[in-house]
Amino acid sequence: MGHGGGGPKTYRGYAIEARIFLGVALFFALVDGVYFFTSKENSGSTMLVMTVFLGFLPGSYLWWWGRHMKPRPEDSDSATFEESAGTVGAFPSSSIWPFVFGMGMAGVALAFVFGAWLAIFGGALGLGGLVGYTVESRRGGYV
Amino acid sequence: MTLLAERHEAELHEHEAGHRSGLLYWLTSTDHKVIGKNYTYTSLVFFFLAGIMAMLMRTQLLSPENHFVNQQTYNELFTMHGSLMLYLFAGPFAFGGFANFIVPLQIGAPDMAFPRLNALSYWLYLSGGIIMMSGFLVAGGAADFGWVAYAPLSDAVNSPGAGADLWIVALFLTGFSAIFTGINITATVFGLRAPGMTMFRVPIFTWNMLVTAILILIAFPVLTSALVMLYFDRHFHTHIFEVSGGGVPVLWQHLFWFFGHPEVYILALPYFGIVTEILPVFSRKPVFGYKGLVFATLAIAGLSTGVWAHHMFTTGVVLLPFFSGMTMLIAIPTGIKYFAWIGTMWRGAIRFETPMLFAVGFLVVFLAGGLSGVILASPPLDFYVNNTYFVVAHFHQVLFGTAVFAGFAGVYYWYPKYTGRMTRRWLGAMNFWTMFFGFWLTFIPQYLVGLHGMPRRISIYQVSDGFTTLNRFSSGGAYLLGLSGLLFLINMYVSWRRPVPAGGNPWDGGTLEWACASPPPHHNFEKLPPIRSERPVWDANHGEPELARQGPSGVTVA
Repeated sequence: MGHGGGGPKTYRGYAIEARIFLGVALFFALVDGVYFFTSKENSGSTMLVMTVFLGFLPGSYLWWWGRHMKPRPEDSDSATFEESAGTVGAFPSSSIWPFVFGMGMAGVALAFVFGAWLAIFGGALGLGGLVGYTVESRRGGYV
Repeated sequence: MTLLAERHEAELHEHEAGHRSGLLYWLTSTDHKVIGKNYTYTSLVFFFLAGIMAMLMRTQLLSPENHFVNQQTYNELFTMHGSLMLYLFAGPFAFGGFANFIVPLQIGAPDMAFPRLNALSYWLYLSGGIIMMSGFLVAGGAADFGWVAYAPLSDAVNSPGAGADLWIVALFLTGFSAIFTGINITATVFGLRAPGMTMFRVPIFTWNMLVTAILILIAFPVLTSALVMLYFDRHFHTHIFEVSGGGVPVLWQHLFWFFGHPEVYILALPYFGIVTEILPVFSRKPVFGYKGLVFATLAIAGLSTGVWAHHMFTTGVVLLPFFSGMTMLIAIPTGIKYFAWIGTMWRGAIRFETPMLFAVGFLVVFLAGGLSGVILASPPLDFYVNNTYFVVAHFHQVLFGTAVFAGFAGVYYWYPKYTGRMTRRWLGAMNFWTMFFGFWLTFIPQYLVGLHGMPRRISIYQVSDGFTTLNRFSSGGAYLLGLSGLLFLINMYVSWRRPVPAGGNPWDGGTLEWACASPPPHHNFEKLPPIRSERPVWDANHGEPELARQGPSGVTVA
């Protein structure tokens, strides 16, 4: 069932992930070149340039980071679970702050329809939610 | 068979923890499965609301010179039908619901990379949806400029009133929701895969979700900034899209479709992924052409961002050969996908369970819709049928094929995983066949009436136009589709009132979500099978010789 055949294979960290984003940058650089010089149209050419950056920034970061890290067990064809022993990450099981922050943002959005007074309530709720959200992660304690 | 023991152990664990519920649990949960369920059920509510709007419109078009709803209401109905279906159902249903629930399970992760950001995405989506719907309650009614909100129709003179502003801010909120989910999915797939789950062992469904996430990151910021410009034009006296102030109305179309065309692939790729999960399981074969499917998905995503102006052929200011050529190129990777799907079923032991019925229905419906898309990609033909019901029939065929046929396939496939219960097979089959016939009955007449010249978005036509018979057929089909939706709800109700336990792996699936209990316990996996291919559960259950030698792995990863 393996792909490519041969013995066990380990990809460099983020090798494929970086290539996806760098591929986005390369592809749209080509498309933009063709598009700009054939159409001379500004808006689409600009958006395509932005798309090139959108691919290039995370792509080059992942590429650089992949060269400076040890290979990960998830990039190895033959890794066992022992290799990833330890903490995978912190996964808060519950938190009220996303709800508070979300409702605050909805209030701010409604202020653009029904009047600025709503922004006071929405902003207060949003700010409170944002502070709660940040403090919660810095303390490392999740409710 | 080690998995069976592990599954029972996991189920035992679940019962020890006790069933958690209640309003506070629902408001505070950051569990990807709870959020995924929230997304699925919320988007289904929007789906049925938009379906009711569609049937109101079809009732209006049942007879010539009909006055079932007035012109203004009709405008609001088609705008909100499109907005709900595209922004609040088709995208969030797959990319919010299934992606949240299934992607971490498929790659062996305990949760999404950013669980609280995930919760925030849902609350922004829900509040945005409610705000958009609340347009029906304000004076002047809901937004009425179509789901594309073309300038100058959407400016403050032509569309005054709070409904349009509510539509704009609602899209702003749901746009951010989609961007956050896109970031989350990308980080999860890149950083939280289980050991041995290399990128080329990630199931195709998860691959498609990753590519969709990248498309969202490309497309949604453009929509969000275009909406800000539109709001400024409406309220702060800028003239970005207004000719009178030196603005360019067609700029809105460029910005909107630079979002809008990737958006239709954001709506399609996740559903391609669902179908690619279902076909191998019910054909009892591994997926055919794995890497071909991955590269076809990437190619579709790339090309889809270079074709936005094929919606603007008739503006006369776009480069026709470029956009026509790019559009036709998309048929190539899509053809590769069809080849791989048919190759997967070829000589397989096919079981026509409900998910498989819907998946095959998708193949038929989407193929025909894609072919009418190739017709529309040709500018001379597009000039002839642009803005007629031919276009309406085309995009309903591709979007209904993906979001509804493949979407319902996904619901029936993963419903046992969501709830631990089975749905009724005979009700599922009735659901499918009414939908299948209802679909063709609704949309084939629309192709024809479009070729006869019926424009879209009109509420009244005359007897002398000769559209009556075809519209009658189309409306009849729409009612059949309504009946089909009712059968779906009855199926859900029956399985809720009289549950049939599903067990962990009712379909004999091969990907990792079938390795945990149904519904999965908190933080998902007690133990994982070793991952040596893209379907590790199949290897563990059916004994790949190499794996049998290694023995059970069974190391706790939670």
